[in-house]
Amino acid sequence: MLMTVNQATATRVDQNAVVEARQLGLTFQTNDGPVRALSDVNLTINKGEFVSFIGPSGCGKTTFLRVIADLEQPTEGKISINGMSPEQAREARAYGYVFQAAALFPWRTIESNVGLPLEIIGLPKAEQQERIKRTLDLVNLSGFEKKYPWQLSGGMQQRASIARALAFDADLLLMDEPFGALDEIVRDHLNEQLLRLWRQTNKTICFVTHSIPEAVYLSTRIVVMSPRPGRVTDVIESTLPKERPLDIRESPEFLAIAARVRDGLRAGHSYED
Amino acid sequence: MMNSKPSWQVGLAVLLCAVAMATMPMLATEATAPMSRGTTSLVIGLIALSGVASFAMFAGIASAALLFVGAHGAAWLLIAGVAGNEGMARLPYFLLLAAAWLLAWRCVAVLSAVRPVSKQARTLLRLLIPAIFGAWILIIWEAVTRGAGIPFILLPPPSAIAARIGASLPTLAADVRQTIFKAVLFGYVVGCASGFVVAILADRVPFLRRGLLPIGNMVSALPIIGVAPIMVIWFGFEWQSKAAVVIIMTFFPMLVNTVAGLAASGHMERDLMRTYASNYWQTLFKLRLPAAAPFIFNALKINSTLALIGAIVAEFFGTPIVGMGFRISTEIGRMNVDMVWAEIAVAALAGSVFYGVVALIERATTFWHPSVRGGRA
Ligand SMILES: Nc1ncnc2c1ncn2[C@@H]1O[C@H](COP(=O)(O)OP(=O)(O)OP(=O)(O)O)[C@@H](O)[C@H]1O
Ligand SMILES: [Mg+2]
Repeated sequence: MLMTVNQATATRVDQNAVVEARQLGLTFQTNDGPVRALSDVNLTINKGEFVSFIGPSGCGKTTFLRVIADLEQPTEGKISINGMSPEQAREARAYGYVFQAAALFPWRTIESNVGLPLEIIGLPKAEQQERIKRTLDLVNLSGFEKKYPWQLSGGMQQRASIARALAFDADLLLMDEPFGALDEIVRDHLNEQLLRLWRQTNKTICFVTHSIPEAVYLSTRIVVMSPRPGRVTDVIESTLPKERPLDIRESPEFLAIAARVRDGLRAGHSYED
Repeated sequence: MMNSKPSWQVGLAVLLCAVAMATMPMLATEATAPMSRGTTSLVIGLIALSGVASFAMFAGIASAALLFVGAHGAAWLLIAGVAGNEGMARLPYFLLLAAAWLLAWRCVAVLSAVRPVSKQARTLLRLLIPAIFGAWILIIWEAVTRGAGIPFILLPPPSAIAARIGASLPTLAADVRQTIFKAVLFGYVVGCASGFVVAILADRVPFLRRGLLPIGNMVSALPIIGVAPIMVIWFGFEWQSKAAVVIIMTFFPMLVNTVAGLAASGHMERDLMRTYASNYWQTLFKLRLPAAAPFIFNALKINSTLALIGAIVAEFFGTPIVGMGFRISTEIGRMNVDMVWAEIAVAALAGSVFYGVVALIERATTFWHPSVRGGRA
């Protein structure tokens, strides 16, 4: 297993590992017996990386993100976030999380939904206003500040939830299929915006997606997973430059990486049969 | 135009008029003040003409207005005609009453189909339709009790109840002050508030949840008939003992509903708050209580009627000589049923206003809930 060696060397050198998982495993005890959602996951994510997780439905992508976020407790192995336990990291507000669904509060306007985390961390009012405005601009929702979530389309709600995570402004961003519900054009736009934000702020991003082009376009590394039990089957380093115009997606280099990801996904599937 | 179509209500009304004409006279022959031929023909004419003319109208409003005048004019003449002849009405009288009622039904049906453009007209219609409904309950009640001469003790006509209310305003006001403004309001506020606070406590401290909920359940199962006299022994004859009964009755619905409401927020929303490292109280105030609001308002509405029942019934078990329950229990003993009905009417009115106010506040606070805004979830 080439990649295991690769990872092992990477961890030793890097002082700035943000996420470090060792032999991580998680088994859910359900009514119809145990479900192994994660098994033997070894992964190091360094500061400033953009890591995409891709794999068939049910392979444990969400579960892995939730373990990082201390929303799920691993049953085997170890994980540390910025050298801390996930719980300490959560309490230190080390990450922002974008859920698979928007999870906006229907009794709050868009503006005050985006401001929710800022209220909780107790930012001054003026700074709250400034961040709300900036992030709503970023996701093209200016003008909808006073609307309620149920007055917006599903895609707009999802954008508001992204704005909410961006307003929180943690160094680590965990995004669970954030653009799944959006149309192609908006998706392209938000992909560009997210890349720009990432370049400018040096955030570390863990990004779950089902789309190979999206994963390749955004990531510095692509983690391919396979189900039953959920595990990492391949980690693909991107050779694309940091600066990526949208039309890079037609370049041969891009297509080569996409082909590798597709092969990785296929391998994961055939392993199953 | 759909409203100029003949309708079965009007058809049946005209038929009833014909049968009534064939079975005249309206009042028994020994009636002291028999209805004149003129009045009788006027009643029949009003019903038949307004019914038939309503077909010819192009606008729904005009058709409804005609029916309205016909139905209520006829009802008025019928009720006025029976004055002094209580218990003398014969079949044609009731047939004509039924015919007038059918016209009113048709009138409401036509009004419901009208779609006015202006907002004020829509609000007016929303009020007018139930008002016609309510009015006809009273009209039929009045006409039947007086026409058939139903004994006063059994069911007094609404006019007698209204007269009693008018004549006893000071007594009724004192009773309302005693029962509603003291026992009900105090008991309601304290009962709901303590149910709410205990629910939060039970939520915060798990062992309380396991201990308090079954006890609360038991308390709510206590029969009010048994509790009320004990409260009188504990807290005396004044309104405080009634408030205590109300507290016992309102406490539990609030406790159970709030506990259920606190569990109503979604997993994802709670996970979200967790990722912000939000503390217990922040999560409570920013997520769980707003999500629980529909449940809490449900309890407030249930309790608004429970409190009234509790206070009135509690007064049956020893009170000072004022209060709605006291009045009902003593006046029924004296066969003053009109006073009992007067108290019932006041209690119904007070209960509706109470409920209505809570419901209005609910609409304003839980405007976001799919059941209020009437949209998708
Ligand atoms: N709370 C839970 N209890 C029991 N089993 C669970 C729970 N959460 C997830 N699982 C199981 O764990 C496995 C991985 O689920 P997970 O949600 O991580 O998949 P996923 O890769 O995010 O899939 P998708 O692409 O469909 O979102 C699945 O088999 C799922 O049934
Ligand atoms: Mg998932």
